[in-house]
Amino acid sequence: MPAADPQQMEAVERSSARKRTFFRWLLFLLLGLFAIYYLAPMYVMIVTSLKTMEEIRQGNLMTLPNEIMFDSWKTAWSGRGYAAGDVFLRPFFWNSIKMVVPAVFISTFLGALNGYALTKWRFKGDNLIFLMFLFGCFIPYQAILLPMARTLGILGIANSITGLVVVHTVYGLSFTTMFFRNYYISIPDEMIKAARIDGAGFFKIFFKVLLPISAPIIVVTVIWQFTGIWNDFLFGSSFSFGEAAPIQVALNNMVLTSTSVKEYNVDMAAAFIAGIPTLLVYVFAGKYFIRGLTAGSVKG
Amino acid sequence: MLPRYEFWGINQHFRLWSHMRWSNAVENLLIFTILFVGICILIGIILSILLDQKIRAEGFLRTVYLYPMALSFIVTGTAWKWILNPTMGIQKLFRDWGFTDFTFDWLVNREMSIYTIVIAAVWQSSGFVMALFLAGLRSIDDEIIKAAKIDGAGLYSIYITIILPMLRPVFMSSIVILLHISIKSYDLVIALTAGGPGTSSDMPALFMTQMAFHRSEIGLASASAVMMFLTVLAIVVPYLYSELRRQDAGR
Repeated sequence: MPAADPQQMEAVERSSARKRTFFRWLLFLLLGLFAIYYLAPMYVMIVTSLKTMEEIRQGNLMTLPNEIMFDSWKTAWSGRGYAAGDVFLRPFFWNSIKMVVPAVFISTFLGALNGYALTKWRFKGDNLIFLMFLFGCFIPYQAILLPMARTLGILGIANSITGLVVVHTVYGLSFTTMFFRNYYISIPDEMIKAARIDGAGFFKIFFKVLLPISAPIIVVTVIWQFTGIWNDFLFGSSFSFGEAAPIQVALNNMVLTSTSVKEYNVDMAAAFIAGIPTLLVYVFAGKYFIRGLTAGSVKG
Repeated sequence: MLPRYEFWGINQHFRLWSHMRWSNAVENLLIFTILFVGICILIGIILSILLDQKIRAEGFLRTVYLYPMALSFIVTGTAWKWILNPTMGIQKLFRDWGFTDFTFDWLVNREMSIYTIVIAAVWQSSGFVMALFLAGLRSIDDEIIKAAKIDGAGLYSIYITIILPMLRPVFMSSIVILLHISIKSYDLVIALTAGGPGTSSDMPALFMTQMAFHRSEIGLASASAVMMFLTVLAIVVPYLYSELRRQDAGR
């Protein structure tokens, strides 16, 4: 290779540095545009919810409210005070809480037990059973709506929060089992064997040995289940009516019920209220949320 | 009204496939699926590659790109229904900005309503594909990229010829997940268009629940549910099979 002219080298380097800064700017421009694309709907939602209907009619999606008014939030949360035909979110929000808490707790606990049994108490056909659980993650819920409606009817818990807890627990089990199974499989069997030699039984090993080291996967599972059940609409709308409905069903009813004038500010406030719990979880525990998402898809 | 439990062979399936609304719903599902899966994967790949360039605010941007995934489809649909509002939404925004002829009425346009569902669904799910691909990119050994750079390959060709082919498993799982989301898509359609105008944005999942709970057509509902079930089976079983084999091979 002939010795390069130092001046020429410098020029080449400078132009490549300039090229690099250019690409750097382009990169940030693109990333910024995408950020705007994802954030814009949230901005529109919040801004619209703070405006009066008058302002909404005069301005457009992006215009800011003249003054910040939480009136539509109040209307969305606790209604206008009519006796009849007043749909608001408060009771349904509590319905959702009453549904989510037991369903998340039971499905996580049973999932942990399943995962433990499938990895540490291996038996013939355990892999086949795990495969069926995995398939359960993918079942289209429409396929089980009719049989489930009948089952709930026979059990006498149709159109009740208890019924929804049962449905969400059953269909959450596939995911919770998968999470725990994949976590426990990497835990050395020696720990279990040692405890067994010490005379510990199935449950004692589970509670004393495995559960204390399961914190990360419990967080992932609880977040996954919480988000899924809170956001569910299909089960809620199929198996509950009127007062027993969870919040997503109520939100949809609220938006659809058109009284004389469509109140977009109240709709947006309601949508935001229905989204707050999962958004908060996402903001404060995003790491675990993402871990759940990727674990739920890329197994192993 | 009690159901009659007589065996009727596969007659319900003949009825189903000769049902105008069902073929319309299946056609819509095909349009939706192709666009939804294609655009999500495209955006996901672009975003993950951009984010992989050692960006300072990466954590923040990732959070921004992924947050719609935390919202329900009903919330997403409600928000987009307002944004896409034919008179007061995007159309008005652009007219206020000076594009006085700008028209955007897809939400009430029979020809275009199905595409509004694509728009909202892509917004909701594309960040998820980004997260999957980013995880995939991070698992690739830096040495490979360094070696290719020394050989004189440009960044662009490194990604096209070396890195993306290595991410084949990520492609596979993203496609399966997105297909699964699209076959199930129900909430978003309900919240955004409710299948309308008319039945122009109808989908199989919507057809099934309508037949089951509003029309008392349990036979048709069950037949359509079986169809959806078989479709998912056809996609998921080969996927799970290959996943498990890959895991066994890796062990």
